[in-house]
Amino acid sequence: MLEIKSLHAGVDGKEILHGINLTVNRGEVHVILGPNGSGKSTLMNLIMGHPKYEIQSGTIKFEGQELNLLAPFERARLGIFLSFQSPEEIPGITVENMLRAACQAVTGEKIKILPFRKKLQAVMQELKINPDSANRYMNVGFSGGEKKRNEILQLLMLNPKLAMLDETDSGLDVDAVQIVSNGVAKFHNKDNACLIITHNTQILKSLTVDKAHVLLNGQIVAEGGTELVDEVSQNGYSKFTY
Amino acid sequence: MSKKTYIEDIERTLYDIKNVDKSVYKSQAGLTEEVVRDISKRKNDPDWMLDFRLKSLEVYESINIPNWGPDISRLNMDEIVTYVRPDAKMVGSWDEVPQDIRDTFDRLGIPAAEKQSLAGVGAQYDSEVVYHSVQKRLTEQGVIYTDMETAIKEHEDIVREHFMKLVPPKDHKFAALHGAVWSGGSFVYVPAGVNVKIPLQSYFRLNAAGAGQFEHTLIILEEGSSAHFIEGCSAPKYNVTNLHAGCVELFVGEGARLRYSTIENWSRNMMNLNTKRALVEKNGLIEWVSGSFGSAVSMLYPCSILHGEGARCEFTGVTFASKGQNLDTGASVIHVAPHTSANINTRTISKSGGAATYRSAVKVTKNAHHAKCSVNCESLMLDSESRSDTLPVMDIEVGDVDIGHEAKIGRISEDAIFYLMSRGIDEAEARAMIVRGFVEPIAKELPLEYAVEMNNLINIELEGAN
Ligand SMILES: Nc1ncnc2c1ncn2[C@@H]1O[C@H](COP(=O)(O)OP(=O)(O)OP(=O)(O)O)[C@@H](O)[C@H]1O
Ligand SMILES: [Mg+2]
Repeated sequence: MLEIKSLHAGVDGKEILHGINLTVNRGEVHVILGPNGSGKSTLMNLIMGHPKYEIQSGTIKFEGQELNLLAPFERARLGIFLSFQSPEEIPGITVENMLRAACQAVTGEKIKILPFRKKLQAVMQELKINPDSANRYMNVGFSGGEKKRNEILQLLMLNPKLAMLDETDSGLDVDAVQIVSNGVAKFHNKDNACLIITHNTQILKSLTVDKAHVLLNGQIVAEGGTELVDEVSQNGYSKFTY
Repeated sequence: MSKKTYIEDIERTLYDIKNVDKSVYKSQAGLTEEVVRDISKRKNDPDWMLDFRLKSLEVYESINIPNWGPDISRLNMDEIVTYVRPDAKMVGSWDEVPQDIRDTFDRLGIPAAEKQSLAGVGAQYDSEVVYHSVQKRLTEQGVIYTDMETAIKEHEDIVREHFMKLVPPKDHKFAALHGAVWSGGSFVYVPAGVNVKIPLQSYFRLNAAGAGQFEHTLIILEEGSSAHFIEGCSAPKYNVTNLHAGCVELFVGEGARLRYSTIENWSRNMMNLNTKRALVEKNGLIEWVSGSFGSAVSMLYPCSILHGEGARCEFTGVTFASKGQNLDTGASVIHVAPHTSANINTRTISKSGGAATYRSAVKVTKNAHHAKCSVNCESLMLDSESRSDTLPVMDIEVGDVDIGHEAKIGRISEDAIFYLMSRGIDEAEARAMIVRGFVEPIAKELPLEYAVEMNNLINIELEGAN
């Protein structure tokens, strides 16, 4: 589904990622581990198409299609989703209106207000989000944890093929982590894939991890299965070198 | 309220359709005593009005153009035709309006709106009002809604008592100019206790190239009455400079409530130097809704004089400046009496090198203890070429007041656009959403049809290549 080959990329001419290779298949759950500043968010921003980041060499393909020249919204329409590490606030646009616009854009179909609202409220209830927040402006004044939950709400409403979650479990209380983890588990099935950045691995509770990658200074220095996740959460990154 | 609005589906191109200039008379370009006398004679002014015009001309010649604000040096009065009489008499039936003029107002949706949602309509074409009507029910209640020329003839005393008393010609150069050459406009009089629940609308269309429009709007609300007046303005685009120097005087009596809504949507060759002022008596309320779109230069700062105890002002403004435009807009409030309150809320947007300035003046005089004033102005620049300024001035002469001021200037956030795009929303729509979101706190206070029109104009501005 996602195929990254010898990706060198960065920002303002500075190279941050030095030759990344990564393949994610349909039905899989991948975890990216790595210390602060190692380039994890950069990688996801590149896959999503953030205009600040540029590819110096290498390719990112999604379902066989080269993403390089596609705008972020085109990538979203192909089925790529990013749950942001720090979601933006959009004053004046309510959660409901933005999400309806997004669902219409992604499906290319006009969506009626009332059925949409019903579905939204049902998903919000699953995520234990206050129903009133549908009418609040997108992320404006939301607490850190509320923003993260709101990202998962968007994930479930948009139902993409590839869900990238950038530290969605950071800043959540114990119950919220469980709710979010359940939400991701509910999303995941054999036809889609998850790429998850986490520091505390709690979000993985309700998921089966297929593959873990350790990113260090812009390079993947180790790969493995769940055992690698356990190893890192116990011993940290000191044993990895590049 | 019906969802369909009168100007809902209009495109900018509709505003830009120009008619062949079929005027029957045009004053010579420039401004001389001869021109002023000539206008006065053609309009059959009473003697006092001729005197007023001539005195205004003297004032005009004695003062300079403002030495602050946008550059208006490209305005050459010697080239402006101050009076253009259309080939039409004022009538009370659209069928009698000449076809090309009728078509113009049809395209602007005025006759349709009249049927649907207005209690009275005035339509001015160049210098003269070509159509005026008001529901019979209102006339029976003593409400007067007519063009200024008729008002001078039929209600001379009231007009004479109020005309340019709030905005005296010596106020500034363009007020003086207005006093000398004004023509057209509407007169509204609402007797004590009468509530005009359905809006009255006057529409001012300037068709002739290189001309000026100087309509005068005079509204008087007696004690305990209420009304909503809508002013619409537009003009097709020419490559010579046109001038709009209208004057609006609003007298809001004790306990009366007036809402004055405007969306000015001028073409890019227009100098819009408009003066609007309201005098509000005890417990009265003036509500301004002011949308400034189009024009090359605008200088517009509606002023509210809170004259009676407990008088209130609510000002809501949206300004959108794009390429080649310098829009200097804002509001001013003068608190003269105790316990008066004002709420100013504005949003300005600039794009493609446009310049938008928010300028306000709040004055609280010695007697106005317990005055309350809150100003909230926010500016959004859509790119790095555009400019935005906020220039709020406060002059507070008494201690016991509650004054709040909040100003924000920001640029559209690329990260916010990326966020929306990452959800599948295309770039143009992402930008439009952010701009709509920016004006939303204001739009939600507007009546539905206004919010829709404002959104339409914003979309037109955003879509325009420049
Ligand atoms: N827009 C940017 N401008 C300049 N430097 C950047 C930018 N984005 C990332 N970097 C730099 O690139 C490196 C990797 O950053 P990135 O955000 O990808 O790290 P991360 O692995 O997600 O870290 P964390 O765990 O703290 O979220 C850091 O040194 C960071 O300072
Ligand atoms: Mg990160």
